[in-house]
Amino acid sequence: MVTIHIDGLPYEVEEGQNLLQACLSRGLNLPYFCWHPALGSVGACRQCAVKRFKSEKDERGEIIMACMTPAEAGVRISIDDPEVAAFRKSVIEWLMLNHPHDCPVCDEGGECHLQDMTVMTGHAYRENRFKKRTYPNQYLGAFLNHEMNRCIQCYRCVRYYHDYAGAGDLNVFASRDHVYFGRGRAGRLESGFSGNLVEICPTGVFTDKTLGRHYTRKWDLQTAPSVCVHCALGCNTIPGSRYGELRRVRNRYNHEVNGYFLCDRGRYGYEFVNCDRRIRAPLVRTSRGVEQVLVSTEDALKSAAAMLSERRKVIGIGSPRASLESNFALLRLVGPKNFHAGISDKELEVLNLIRDVLCLGAARTPTLSETAEAGAVFVLGEDVSNSAPLLALNLRQLPRRKAEIAMAKVKIPPWNDAPIQRIAEFEKGSLYIASPCATGLDEVASKSFHGDISELARLGFAVASVLDPANAPGVEGLTEKEKIRAGEIASALGGAARPLIVSGAGCASLALIEAAANICTALGKIGGQPQIFFALPEANSLGLALLGAAGGLETACSALRSGRADTVVVIENDLFRRCAEEKAIALFDSAKYLVAIDHLINPTTSKADLVLPAAAFAEASGTLVNNEGRAQRFYRVLVPEFEVKESWRWIRDIMRFLGRSEAEKWHRLDDLSVAMAALNPLFAGLVSVAPDADFRLAGGKIPRQAPRYSGRTAMRAHIDVFEQPPPDDPDTPLTFSMEGDPRQPPPSLIPRYWAPGWNSVQALNKFQQEIGGPLRGKDPGVRLIEPIPQARTEYFRDVPASAPKAEGEMSLIPLHHIFGSEELSALSPGVAELCPQPYVALNPEDASFLGLFEGALAKVGVEGLTCCLSVRIVPSLPRAVAGLPVGLRGAPVFELPASGTVVREATDE
Amino acid sequence: MLSILRTLWGVFLHMFRSRETIQYPEQNILDPPRFRGRIILSLDPDGQERCVACYLCSAACPVDCIALQAAQDVNGRRYPEFFRINFSRCILCGFCEEACPTYAIQLTNDFEFSEYDRNNMVYEKEDLLISGPGKHPDYNFFRVAGVAVGVKGKGESENELPPVDVRSLLP
Repeated sequence: MVTIHIDGLPYEVEEGQNLLQACLSRGLNLPYFCWHPALGSVGACRQCAVKRFKSEKDERGEIIMACMTPAEAGVRISIDDPEVAAFRKSVIEWLMLNHPHDCPVCDEGGECHLQDMTVMTGHAYRENRFKKRTYPNQYLGAFLNHEMNRCIQCYRCVRYYHDYAGAGDLNVFASRDHVYFGRGRAGRLESGFSGNLVEICPTGVFTDKTLGRHYTRKWDLQTAPSVCVHCALGCNTIPGSRYGELRRVRNRYNHEVNGYFLCDRGRYGYEFVNCDRRIRAPLVRTSRGVEQVLVSTEDALKSAAAMLSERRKVIGIGSPRASLESNFALLRLVGPKNFHAGISDKELEVLNLIRDVLCLGAARTPTLSETAEAGAVFVLGEDVSNSAPLLALNLRQLPRRKAEIAMAKVKIPPWNDAPIQRIAEFEKGSLYIASPCATGLDEVASKSFHGDISELARLGFAVASVLDPANAPGVEGLTEKEKIRAGEIASALGGAARPLIVSGAGCASLALIEAAANICTALGKIGGQPQIFFALPEANSLGLALLGAAGGLETACSALRSGRADTVVVIENDLFRRCAEEKAIALFDSAKYLVAIDHLINPTTSKADLVLPAAAFAEASGTLVNNEGRAQRFYRVLVPEFEVKESWRWIRDIMRFLGRSEAEKWHRLDDLSVAMAALNPLFAGLVSVAPDADFRLAGGKIPRQAPRYSGRTAMRAHIDVFEQPPPDDPDTPLTFSMEGDPRQPPPSLIPRYWAPGWNSVQALNKFQQEIGGPLRGKDPGVRLIEPIPQARTEYFRDVPASAPKAEGEMSLIPLHHIFGSEELSALSPGVAELCPQPYVALNPEDASFLGLFEGALAKVGVEGLTCCLSVRIVPSLPRAVAGLPVGLRGAPVFELPASGTVVREATDE
Repeated sequence: MLSILRTLWGVFLHMFRSRETIQYPEQNILDPPRFRGRIILSLDPDGQERCVACYLCSAACPVDCIALQAAQDVNGRRYPEFFRINFSRCILCGFCEEACPTYAIQLTNDFEFSEYDRNNMVYEKEDLLISGPGKHPDYNFFRVAGVAVGVKGKGESENELPPVDVRSLLP
């Protein structure tokens, strides 16, 4: 900490920051445009001018750019000096010369950084009498609108999209006052992180197209803190709703998790909540073969009680996309021995192994933000750009970190973007990738290697044995090339501070995870500080593994078939996505009754004898455990219509109906957290995940609506002119009202970013301890798993052998897609547009050997199941390996990885 | 004593002054031009809805009696999908008119809209729209705004240059 003087007052600021950061960190208002905490400063917009004085006696001073000047001890600056204030005002006047008269029809209006800064500088009237420059716009895909007239040339979009997110299809064109930010040719933005442009752009050049279809101003959105449900990283979000509909999702800053950015799947996947496939009322089927009919809640509970009465042998099938509370309630309903995970046995085995590796502590798992600070990274068998997008965005910053360290030697601070970017552009990160086929990160990797899953695992084991040749299991029959490769990776990992091993459940391979754990054990033994990070498939995968299930779907199936069970309760899970259709049908047919609690009509709910309408994430409150074991609370944003309620509430009501005393104590969400913490020591931290429902700020609940929320006395007036009181919310300390203390709530309860004078998302500055640092208080979430460092010293010893394949045999591996592999987001129209059609990926040589070409039909056979898929040629795929996309709609479900056959489909011609 | 007489004299003189009381409803009221009465939505000179559903009126409304939802036509022109004013709450303060950037929402001289049932005081867009531009006959927001939404092409607004040719290398 150093002391600087701003307008005559001393302030303690962190050394190494720039003056703009220092001023903002201390709560002072200084306008800016081109600077962004994640992107650094370039000094392009000239907006953050301050006056610097040489000494106490200096009265003249000099105008400098705060963002380009380091905060050194004893610096004296003035923000309020009239000369510099006039300078800032004239700068904004220039920026506004060509800004169109658009605010009423601009989606940024009301949360526009340009509006805020214009008001802050005091510029009010346009005195320029010349005509305004205009630009043509471009079509940028389903997610973003482009309105170039509004541009103020701050270059933030290119610096984010091109430099930070590493995508090449948006750039700056033309010269002088004609500079144009867009694509070379109109078309969809290819990066999976394009949605962040909405928040990066200080004005309305890039706006959210999905919001535009049901546009609502920021002040009219009912918002609450939430957690993204579209992958396991647990990025924090702020969904907004209006008129009982979910309208958009924005980023919620969590320094330890997602920082400033979200991926497009998380940002645009929300529309499934509004889709017409939602279940809004209970449905009952009186006997198999007849249609389901609508019934009242009372009748539904009665039939549930009849189906699940004591005489029946009930098993439960949980879900990795349901909250911890819902899964726990199901576990209590059916008993731990009858609780099944709702994923295949194999996937559960992989998940359990990951849980054990994390808990027993071969290495600590870093937070998502810490992954960007790793000295060297080895990605083993996971396509993180598709299965954990934001992790890929973080790993992409490795070259930049390297450049920052290099530039620190010549005293260039890390926020000075231009020189660092110039170096980072040609730098490769200490990133090694071993994956089945090319990933989006290969271009920033030092080395990338593609091979079959067993080969990748062998490479992993080989790296461990190079690091610790004495103890780690050796790998038989390695080629010379493989040995060199393993040696290179081992030396990079061994020599780096905090090396990071990334693997995951993407390939559903135990050997890969064991290999990753072995590398960590080996690195620990040679005195390193290894970290391990697993990408998991779904929002609550790890939570489900921590709860502990008796088995997966196959176990449930055999329990039904053997007569050990006759009734199934499935929550928030479509089993037809989890196993082959025949298997799912067999499972349901062998059950006497099937009770499904879900929010979407899907093949499982269509088969059910009783369907209870569950609340989707925006309508429910609950807890999710992300892939690092961080439990995070999400809060309901809107009150669902009709009889929709949380799965755990349905289960509680059924249990009460059945006379189970346990459920009598479950009045609200916190009661389940307490019950979980009491039953399972792993969940001890759950009670402190977020303030409980009794938390009050200055005696009141925290308002979900902004103070300027409009239409309160008119929105329901067409139904009834008399106003209703706000709906009750017993589970949370938030209220569906605009009444409440305007002060900042604790970080896990921040419903929106707003501060006086700061209506845009940049108001976040006022919520952080230091700019770009943790939120005031503590970053949301509690890590349930903090392993004892180096508790595990045992090696896994099952090194897979390199088995030569039989003639015509292919190894079929799963391929993940950022858009399409996840069930819920694929129901949102914008995302659905980008989902690929089912295909089989083949190496070009394999394809020509089989007489196949791009788009041709191939017959894929695995364990007796066959299906026809069109061929996609993927040059990076190894020989004798075929890739099958996971989770696409209309694609057959195979249990992958497996060995199978791919042959040419005989056509009639 | 004198002051009482003076007062009585003053009152007596008032008998010969002209009457301030208007015999409403037999007699019509000539209210001032800036009288704030029943709210209407106007059309622009091209005959299209002026309202661009910017939500500023609803935000300005102190009793929150305006609710609307924005929608877009095929050209991207914004209009209100529904526009509802609950006149049983409205205090006719005129803030909505002041906030309106397009002169769409205007207060008129009409105040004769009492009802026996409060539900009848809820006006929808069909009830609010009039068939002309109201107090501002000339203003057309989309002729000034930068967006091209079917009304004109890019760069054809008032005070606009033709669109930049991004591929031109000329200085």
